[in-house]
Amino acid sequence: MKILRSAFIPLLAVALALLAGAALIALSGASPVDAYLALLEGSFLGTEKVPWTEALGRTLEKATPLVMGGLAVAFAFKAGLFNIGGQGQLIIGALVAGAVGYGFQGLPWIIHMPLALLAGSIAGGLWGTIPGVLKASRGAHEVITTIMLNFVAINLTDWFTSKVWREPGILARTPKIEPSAEIPRWGNIPIGFFVAVAFAFLVWYLLQRTTFGFEIRTVGLNPNAAKYAGISVKRIVVLTMTISGFLAAMGGAIETLGVVGRYEPGFNAGLGFNGITVALLARTHPLAVIPAAILIGAMEASGAIMQFKADVSPEITDIIQALMLLFVATPILVRWFFKDSDENELSVGSSWGSA
Amino acid sequence: MSALTSLLYQRRWWIFTVVAIIGFTLFTGEFKEAQTTAILASTLRQSTPLLLGALCGMLGERSGVINIGIEGQMLMSAFTGFMVAAETQSLLLGVLAGIATGMLMGASLAGLSVSLQGDQIIAGTVLNIAALGVTSFFFQQGYTLPGKTPMVDLWFLSDIPVLGRVFFSNRPITYLSLLLVPTVWYALFRTTWGLRTRAVGEHPSAAETVGISVAKMRYLNLILAGAIAGLAGAYLSLEAVGSFERNMTNGKGFVALAVMIFGRWNPVGAWGAALLFGYTNAIQTQFQFRGWFTDHPQFVGMIPFVVTIIVLAGVVGRARPPAAIGQPYSRE
Repeated sequence: MKILRSAFIPLLAVALALLAGAALIALSGASPVDAYLALLEGSFLGTEKVPWTEALGRTLEKATPLVMGGLAVAFAFKAGLFNIGGQGQLIIGALVAGAVGYGFQGLPWIIHMPLALLAGSIAGGLWGTIPGVLKASRGAHEVITTIMLNFVAINLTDWFTSKVWREPGILARTPKIEPSAEIPRWGNIPIGFFVAVAFAFLVWYLLQRTTFGFEIRTVGLNPNAAKYAGISVKRIVVLTMTISGFLAAMGGAIETLGVVGRYEPGFNAGLGFNGITVALLARTHPLAVIPAAILIGAMEASGAIMQFKADVSPEITDIIQALMLLFVATPILVRWFFKDSDENELSVGSSWGSA
Repeated sequence: MSALTSLLYQRRWWIFTVVAIIGFTLFTGEFKEAQTTAILASTLRQSTPLLLGALCGMLGERSGVINIGIEGQMLMSAFTGFMVAAETQSLLLGVLAGIATGMLMGASLAGLSVSLQGDQIIAGTVLNIAALGVTSFFFQQGYTLPGKTPMVDLWFLSDIPVLGRVFFSNRPITYLSLLLVPTVWYALFRTTWGLRTRAVGEHPSAAETVGISVAKMRYLNLILAGAIAGLAGAYLSLEAVGSFERNMTNGKGFVALAVMIFGRWNPVGAWGAALLFGYTNAIQTQFQFRGWFTDHPQFVGMIPFVVTIIVLAGVVGRARPPAAIGQPYSRE
């Protein structure tokens, strides 16, 4: 019952957004029914040429970094922090995982793959530490610093791929990773997705069942009260941003080791913003991030088929996602249905400008 | 005399920075008039969208509403400005369309954060994501403008060496943005409207008790601010670049927020900050021109963003935002 109740608003938001999206598709002269049918075929059902396992595999493949990105945003949210630097953390993670993936030779899979995965995630975690420290020690707001660090990360990863870890040739990209660093697939199904799911449960456990998680949630609800309770708010801010960066970066590392096989600049641009959509759609619940990511992943996976079959530009999914976010973040919608509750309110604005 | 010395001492870091920048500018310009003028003119051009964005953010925050959505407002306005100008072949109509779009986006931000009392940062993020999606969805290649907004030389003033060429030989929106600095300053600090705006931003319940409508002031400010952001968008597509590109704002809306904070929520301060940030962009081109770091353009490309972070970390601890910022207001 409780699950139904908390899932109601996001489901309503999705339905409203799909309706509004249908109107837009109709306006642009295409058939909404065809478009949404193509969306389903491209993401789950498969078509005449593409078996359903392949469609599903692609959806899960797209959903994997979204689960991690969504977890990163949701986790920081619990401490009242808004990490919109997922993009930068993700590409740092993807780059370092790729470097470790090709740089070490002769290691057994059981060591090499986890090593590359962790190296990437830790690098991204350290990238997330920077805004955490700036916030804790100088009061610089993480929304601006993380965005700025995204641009720095783009330049930095470009530099590494064109100067340091470059594959000989015209294209600026890292060499292919060793087979011993690959995250395997099970038929069409990427195993990396299940790593992400495992982390969703891990984050949920950390937040709900440990003292550290309790401290994070206390800081998020009321930093002053947390201070009086003897919790070091600065420590929590730094640690939360680090873990958030770690999670986002792991999404990038899985993408490199399990899907792309190397780091190429410019891949998955905009994934950071999608992480925000996923986290808010899940109303920042770590486990709800999984279905939210699958939904967005399905839209990403079926863009090409939508264009091919229904002649709808794939950017329509961006608009539908913005609309979902709009409806899910609108508290009035919540209040119409649940007059008594304020558990569904999302807020980060109070941390602006104060350390 | 001692008053002067102590003033100089108090401001030593400012004086140091200004002297260093002047020295560095002359150095990168090889101590030649034409090149120094070029760097400074480019500084002014690069600073214009940041200044306008910062003024937009400032009006919102002075009335108590954080605006993270400047980036989206600018992008959407750049887009509609471009499309209208390309369809009608009239730049003026394009600029007006950009301004109207910005106002509409400002009104939606007000709707989300004032009427619906949503979280202001999430509301702004919604605007950003929506703008990126809508502009990518509707943008098609193949439209062209009748040119960029025209260059206007102001009488004899533009003949003054260096500074005259920099300030009095520009395009219309640049002039307008320079005029907006004293205008917004006067409006904020010398008019009833400004007093009410600041009251609503500092202590909304007190403002409400003396009969000022918090919601009305916030709507008004966000819509006016939206017009300024719209101007910034029109500047990008119609004055600076002369076309529209996907995600052409490229983080300028966020840099503008840092500019606003560095300028301490004051239009004059924001202008100074915008010039500093514009300068970090302008010397990039100069670096390329002189052939410095051409093997490593990525590090040159980082400069504006690294400077933003350093400035934020260095100054924000001492800067105080309006007190009521970030909280939705409702009468109890």
